Amino acid sequence: MSELDLNDKMSEMLAKSEANVKSSKKNFTRPEDELREVVAPDGSIIKINPLYDYFSDEKPKEEKPRGGVVEKFLNWARSESIWVLGFGTGCGSIEIPPLVTPRFDMFRYGVEMRPTPRQSNAFIISGYLSVKTLKRVIRTYEQMPSPKYIIALGSCTINGGMYYDSYSTINRLDKYIPVDVYIAGCMPRPEALLHGFAKLKQLIKEGKGEKANEYARNFDEYKANQKKIIKDWNMPDYNW
Amino acid sequence: MKQFIEKLSSKYDLQEVVYQRDNLVFAAISKENAIEAVTYLRDYEGFTHLVMMSCVDWIEDGKFQLLYLLNSPEKKCDIGIKVYLDRENPVMVSAHHLWKSVWTYQREIKEFYGVDFPGSPRVDENFVVEGWDDIPFMRRDFDTHEYAEKTYFPRGNRKTNDPAEYMRKKLYPNQPVTAKQRKDDK
Repeated sequence: MSELDLNDKMSEMLAKSEANVKSSKKNFTRPEDELREVVAPDGSIIKINPLYDYFSDEKPKEEKPRGGVVEKFLNWARSESIWVLGFGTGCGSIEIPPLVTPRFDMFRYGVEMRPTPRQSNAFIISGYLSVKTLKRVIRTYEQMPSPKYIIALGSCTINGGMYYDSYSTINRLDKYIPVDVYIAGCMPRPEALLHGFAKLKQLIKEGKGEKANEYARNFDEYKANQKKIIKDWNMPDYNW
Repeated sequence: MKQFIEKLSSKYDLQEVVYQRDNLVFAAISKENAIEAVTYLRDYEGFTHLVMMSCVDWIEDGKFQLLYLLNSPEKKCDIGIKVYLDRENPVMVSAHHLWKSVWTYQREIKEFYGVDFPGSPRVDENFVVEGWDDIPFMRRDFDTHEYAEKTYFPRGNRKTNDPAEYMRKKLYPNQPVTAKQRKDDK
């Protein structure tokens, strides 16, 4: 065997072993661990690690009520545990702390405050809502698990209240997210809030707390309204 | 204070000097000399504290007025330096090198009134509203009601009641109405 032949063989073997290493490397990652390609809201394609995959490009789906006794039981269970997200958007949030204290004590009605949207099913929009806050409200609302309920507190959420002519606060909330219960007043007292919770419970028990489904059904309309006033839309369209 | 202002007016061309109180004076200085005067007051006269910086829209005169309100902890007195800018092209020399708090004031004024401060840090970023695309909203020719009607889906049927009147009618409907109240009703 000449020296040249030996060189050729050596290089061949090297290439083979490299290919082997490459293929074996590929074998170590499971198919579900591979990076997922997603189109970001600005149009660029980004890769997402499945371990940190909070990115959804799927629209919300309607969940048909089961109907019958099962649905009645579920509605009873839902109405008795209303977990409110601790997110105060405006001046109305000052009415929520008294509810937690012994004087008004909303725990006796099964209403509780939770720190994250993933653990809560009711969202109190407390008072005026600026466009900047609306952006955060939409993101938060979409991250809450369904079924979810919205309580709009104060006259600002109904028709703008005393900020009806402001350049930065929205006039009516139900154009952007579906509202279950309105509580009128400026400010409503904690008693009014308790009454609002009672009303919400009644609605859920009657099977009328289906606003999350309404949001899914009219999703495009709601998104169009939201995008009309949020001019720098720099977040994903669907994020839950 | 009077002596101090006389001393200052020998250095700079002061106009519209107003002695508001014993320890508060306002004076207008031209746009070119204003930052120099503010620096002089800070470094040599002990006006080390910037109380605030604000902007006024004098739409009738076609001018913006900037105000640098300075305080001297030693002299225990305040001086307000006014600067008038042309309303058509409002550009002012930045004072961000004098106090760090000026960064924020200038960012605020840029967003609220559209007065530009070239070179000031982060002056072009959003401050209060995000993605604003109309004329700056604190200018007096910006109609905020019209903008809200156009943008935010007004509900309509908006009614306003005089609280005293409404409660009188609601609580005492049978009480005889006085002549003054009848006049008010009309």
